[in-house]
Amino acid sequence: MKSGLTVFFAAFVALGASWFGFVVVPTVQLGGLKQTTVLNTTDLYPPQRIGDATLGLQIYRANGCAACHTQQVRQDGVSCEVVLTSGGKNPQAVTNLLAILYLKNLTKAQADDVAAQITAAGGKVETHTVPSGADLDHGWGVRQSVAEDYLYDYPVQLGSLRAGPDLAAIGLRSSDANWHLLHLYAPQSVVSTSRMPSFRYLFTVQKKGATPAPDALNLPAAFAAPAGSEVVPTPAAKELVAYLLSLRANAPLYDAPFTPPAQP
Amino acid sequence: MTANDTTHPTASELEIDASCRVPLLALLVGASVWLVLGTVLAVIASIKFHAPDFLADCPLMTYGRVQAAANDALVYGFCLPAALGVILWIFSRLSQTVFALPVVPVVAAHIWHLGVFVGLVSVLLGNSTGFAWLEFPRGGSVLILVAFLLIAISAVATLGFRLERALNPAHWFLLAALLWFPWSYSSANIFLVALPVRGVAQAVIDLWFGNNLLWVWFSLTGLGIGFFFLPKLTGRPLHTYYYALYVFWTLILFGTWCGIPAGSPFPAWIPVLSSVAATFMLVPFLGVAILVANTICGACQSSASSCEPKGGPLCYFKFGFAAFILSGLLLVASACPRFGHVTEFTWFGQAQVQLQIFGFLAMFLFGAIYYILPRALGFDFRFPKFTRFHFWAYVIGVILYVIPLAIAGYLQGSHAYDPAAALPALRISTLGLNLILLGNLLFALNIISMFVSWKLALAKTIWAAVTAPLKTAEVKP
Repeated sequence: MKSGLTVFFAAFVALGASWFGFVVVPTVQLGGLKQTTVLNTTDLYPPQRIGDATLGLQIYRANGCAACHTQQVRQDGVSCEVVLTSGGKNPQAVTNLLAILYLKNLTKAQADDVAAQITAAGGKVETHTVPSGADLDHGWGVRQSVAEDYLYDYPVQLGSLRAGPDLAAIGLRSSDANWHLLHLYAPQSVVSTSRMPSFRYLFTVQKKGATPAPDALNLPAAFAAPAGSEVVPTPAAKELVAYLLSLRANAPLYDAPFTPPAQP
Repeated sequence: MTANDTTHPTASELEIDASCRVPLLALLVGASVWLVLGTVLAVIASIKFHAPDFLADCPLMTYGRVQAAANDALVYGFCLPAALGVILWIFSRLSQTVFALPVVPVVAAHIWHLGVFVGLVSVLLGNSTGFAWLEFPRGGSVLILVAFLLIAISAVATLGFRLERALNPAHWFLLAALLWFPWSYSSANIFLVALPVRGVAQAVIDLWFGNNLLWVWFSLTGLGIGFFFLPKLTGRPLHTYYYALYVFWTLILFGTWCGIPAGSPFPAWIPVLSSVAATFMLVPFLGVAILVANTICGACQSSASSCEPKGGPLCYFKFGFAAFILSGLLLVASACPRFGHVTEFTWFGQAQVQLQIFGFLAMFLFGAIYYILPRALGFDFRFPKFTRFHFWAYVIGVILYVIPLAIAGYLQGSHAYDPAAALPALRISTLGLNLILLGNLLFALNIISMFVSWKLALAKTIWAAVTAPLKTAEVKP
């Protein structure tokens, strides 16, 4: 390591290896990603966002929401669960079997075995795939996040700090646009322990006309605007909410399988 | 004033230092302004956790923008240009020649500071790119890249004119740093901003860049500066050369692959490879610990008369090395699956980043600048006592800032990300950040007052030359 050129080439090779491995290879592997089919259906996932939600992604970016919120749900494992749907003609035999069998936290082979025994006794069962993990226990999602979830995002903002909750499936948790608008204007009005700052600058406070504006916020008294005025969301606030509602990540995929709840 | 005579046989240290004067000032004065500004923004961001509605009506001051701007001001505004200034001086000293192309870094410094200004204003106005550590939009990032390349060219030119042909260990680290920043910064910007790749590959590239900036570039630069100053300040050679070689290789081989958290939504080989690399990083960190301990302890035993007096720049380097090894251990710890699962997505990661910035690289830069500037300008600081205050404000500040932050992260992770669990520790860390701000103010005061007195002296010289009476006696009619 006495000459400048030796150092240069040594560094070039060592540094270039990581450039190749973590820039070029992921680009080749993931850059051509396309929509994929939802498990057991012909539906394509992810759906393209509606216009407002696409604009809302840019509001999310501009205000640095990713500084406090992640958009990635981790999962520790997947297990199978056998669910009895009908006792059949001989309920007593099935009940006797259920008393001695484990129905949760099974591998696929165990689940098939249990299902076969119950079916032999005359019961009807379904085998469910159940992901597990601390993030899922929080209710932050129904499955782990996978590469397909971010197909239409630019920029992709995974975030690295959970000062607030994860937002990968916020559209599933609270699907009410008004709740989100109230939460953006005065977070403590809907979540009393929240540490989120208010985003009042995404709203306008205006004089109440003869008839109140149709989209004026219905705030609790403690957070309400002064008498005679009302709080109206700007287009930016509505777009941001449309974006948040579009974050759903609830399709079962090949690389993130789970059994969705039965449709009523 | 800048003797650009590269054919001069061996320039004296005085001449070398003088040749770096203008480029150094051009880089450092702006850097010290960004340092103070970045810390003020960081304090504003930190207060928002105790009073969420603080400055909530002002879109410019919303947490996501202020936090990003604070980090960018500290890294791109202070750490990089100040480090480049120090690198230029080290290269001239090691080459034993006066500085080559002294005009280039002066121009580059102005381009650089303009780029940081454009970038910060854009981030605060909501025009950030949305990628962590790459928030500056095209206007800012292109200026920064051009300025870096110009400075790197003049540094390499100085290296090319060197009279001492053998390379010093500091050279390896600093040369690799000069190569790696433009490479990683330009390719990350091309793949993310200019011609963006689709989907989650963006996140992989962004995490890769962030890790390479904060761990590899910071470590290469810091260790290069440290391995230059350590022998100089202790009066003993590095103990040993081969440890340094070992650290260099393992750092660039393993360090460049770290930084992708275990649970990320990428194909599994990416986070796995990254965790394995992070575990191997124990090797260079232990290497640095052994090397520094051997060099410093050996110096104490040999009681060389050339030893720097107590309380000089050496204490900055001692603290910086301790911070570097601690942050390295935190990096390795968070690669361990069980521990990492708790600390992932918490303040723990922020603690590591802040320790790298304030505890390690900034500390080294302060030590180096306090050593270099009085020599380059030929007169001492206006407020020499402030350097001691600065050091102690920083030591206490960094400890109070980073350790509670790491504890807050652990509490947050083990209490289901409940922000209330971390709040008491966050309050202490805000206190630490205020002490850091005090230290930075003292530093900036010293740098700027030195710059002003240099300008005044220059103006006086010019004025004296202009107003000097003509020697009429010698004019013959």
